[in-house]
Amino acid sequence: MSVGLTPTEQVILNMGPQHPSTHGVLRLRLTLDGEVVVGCDPVIGYLHRGMEKIAENRTYAQFIPYTDRLDYISSASNNEAFVLAVERIAGIEAPPRAQYLRVILLELNRIASHLVFVATFANDLAATTAFLYGFREREVIMDLFEMWTGARLTQSWIRIGGVGSDIPEGFEKKAHEFCRMLGPRLDEYDQLLTGNRIFRVRTEGVGVLPPEVGVDYACSGPTLRGSGVGFDLRRAEPYEVYSRLGFDVVTDTACDCMGRYRVRMEEMRQSVHIIEQCLDQLPEGEVQAKVPRALRPSAGEAYGRVESPRGEFACYVVSDGGTSPLRVRLRAPSFYHMAALPEMVRGWKMGDLVAILGSLDIVLGEIDR
Amino acid sequence: MTATATAPGVLQRLLVWWQAHGWPAWIFDAIWMVVMAAVVTAFVLVTVLFLIWLERKVSGDIQSRVGPNRVGGRFGPLQTAADALKLLMKEDIIPAGADRIVFVLAPFLVFVPTLMVFLVVPFSDRWLVKDLNLGLLFVVAVSALPVIGLVMGGWASNNKYAMLGAMRAAAQGMSYEIPLILAMVCVAVAAGSLKIGDIVSAQREGGWFILRFPLQLAFLLYLITSMAEVNRVPFDLPEAESELVAGYHTEYTGMRFAIFFVAEFAHLFFVAAFCTTLFLGAWSGPVLPPAIWFLIKTYAIILVIMWVRWTVPRLRIDQIMGFAWKLLVPAALVTVLLTGLVWTA
Repeated sequence: MSVGLTPTEQVILNMGPQHPSTHGVLRLRLTLDGEVVVGCDPVIGYLHRGMEKIAENRTYAQFIPYTDRLDYISSASNNEAFVLAVERIAGIEAPPRAQYLRVILLELNRIASHLVFVATFANDLAATTAFLYGFREREVIMDLFEMWTGARLTQSWIRIGGVGSDIPEGFEKKAHEFCRMLGPRLDEYDQLLTGNRIFRVRTEGVGVLPPEVGVDYACSGPTLRGSGVGFDLRRAEPYEVYSRLGFDVVTDTACDCMGRYRVRMEEMRQSVHIIEQCLDQLPEGEVQAKVPRALRPSAGEAYGRVESPRGEFACYVVSDGGTSPLRVRLRAPSFYHMAALPEMVRGWKMGDLVAILGSLDIVLGEIDR
Repeated sequence: MTATATAPGVLQRLLVWWQAHGWPAWIFDAIWMVVMAAVVTAFVLVTVLFLIWLERKVSGDIQSRVGPNRVGGRFGPLQTAADALKLLMKEDIIPAGADRIVFVLAPFLVFVPTLMVFLVVPFSDRWLVKDLNLGLLFVVAVSALPVIGLVMGGWASNNKYAMLGAMRAAAQGMSYEIPLILAMVCVAVAAGSLKIGDIVSAQREGGWFILRFPLQLAFLLYLITSMAEVNRVPFDLPEAESELVAGYHTEYTGMRFAIFFVAEFAHLFFVAAFCTTLFLGAWSGPVLPPAIWFLIKTYAIILVIMWVRWTVPRLRIDQIMGFAWKLLVPAALVTVLLTGLVWTA
């Protein structure tokens, strides 16, 4: 990739922690040869809050709001992973209605997250209009969350043994309306972006992640499915009521930025399908199992893993029988994707780096924890 | 240099009155030139304020937002003025390690040429500040200057993003200049003159150039390359926000930044106005006054450029260069050839 006979000097460029397209406080130590990226060294930790240690000093219920702040674009998945682990240790099972409601909340979060992905990815490629369209659609989901949980971003609505409350009157109707609205809007995105020639030359063949490399780096979620590996925890290890719901595990064999983008676009349509099924099948009944006010699960350990919009988000909880966990370990999918980034960007140009980083859809909140 | 603009009768009488006092004519010309320069500058600045507001409103409409709607009434007409005021009050920072003289000079080197080119824009049948013999050549020469300012600004900032932006600006500016000039050459061939007045009258006699065969191609080439010249998406590589923060003007603050910004919009107005002049028959049109026709056509072009900007993503640097050299330059050469064949036949 060098420029032939002209000797060039490599430049080290600190991209971030303040930069428009590092999606948070990420710092990339880039070695540039002109425009070409010859080395990329991610420096993380600017958002470190010591989440795992905090968990050791909080009761089980108290830690749920903290998990919201991990992957803040899709907070329910974090709640879910932690709550799953705790429920497994304590032997609690949420009532069926609560399980359906959880899936609705999770899938709404997934759509919101993927909309943010499409928006920011487009913005990284300077398609500002698609950016605002994405947030316009997400706004409807935020309103739904607000109606149900009172919070728009950090809902903390998946609780040990159930959900925070039943859905309010009128929610089902609005959710159905949203589901009907989203499909045509996604078609609009396809017209604006997917078929756009400039968008295609910027994404096709760029940032190739071969399936075996993706597996080696423990990538998961749309990043791995965009490389043709059909691994989805909702199917591979179903939790809640996913085993009763029909949906496709979307994969794309392109392995490039476009493949990852297409997977997420299609997953939004699948999520709409899941939500509609949940709303139709929603059983009557309680939304909260009987859980003691001061939960003291017996000594033991459990691993809760969920398919978050970014990939496998997992929570390993060890209990010694006390009111707070002895140890919590959080597995954040973005962390592993970040590790694969240097390999993916080597030899590409500055503009591609932004596209590749955007296509991984990282959230620094969960990387730094 | 004599002043040929506006009502020549009034000017003539003023000059007679002046010489009746025994004062030399060149002083009169000098004063007149200063006045005209001030008028042009004022007009361009007001237009820029309006254009920035328009861009915000248009982008708002495209993105299903509202856009400015507070300052100065329901449609926020004073939003840009308020922003300009804010920029005026900002601290003026020259970064440590910057090449101070070059850093300070750069915005002006960008700004002044973008104003100069307005001298040859025929806003109406009576408003053309100076109908130079080589008007087209003047435009080509002067509008190539701002790139030097961009490179200076990027270099002097002592910032790697700015440096990358400046290198991109230089590469892109030079590459797109060639098809742009070739597109203008087609017009010169068709009009048989480099004089703006002749180009306008050639279109009055034989119909707008955009309606005559090979010049549609030249029009397209001009439109595409001028988008690259004003650094707008999909050609906004030199400032590429998501990649280079703000490109060559990353380190500029306050009014120095504002000068870059104003120059960019002034240039946008110019390329649209000049496009109108070269291809859309300048100020000619029925019923309405010529100046109104000129502005209608110019704003139509501007809206197209804005529409493109808010619709498409950005290209990559090698794709930009490939597009210029592999597609636009050959296409422009073919267009010149076709124009020559049609007009000699």
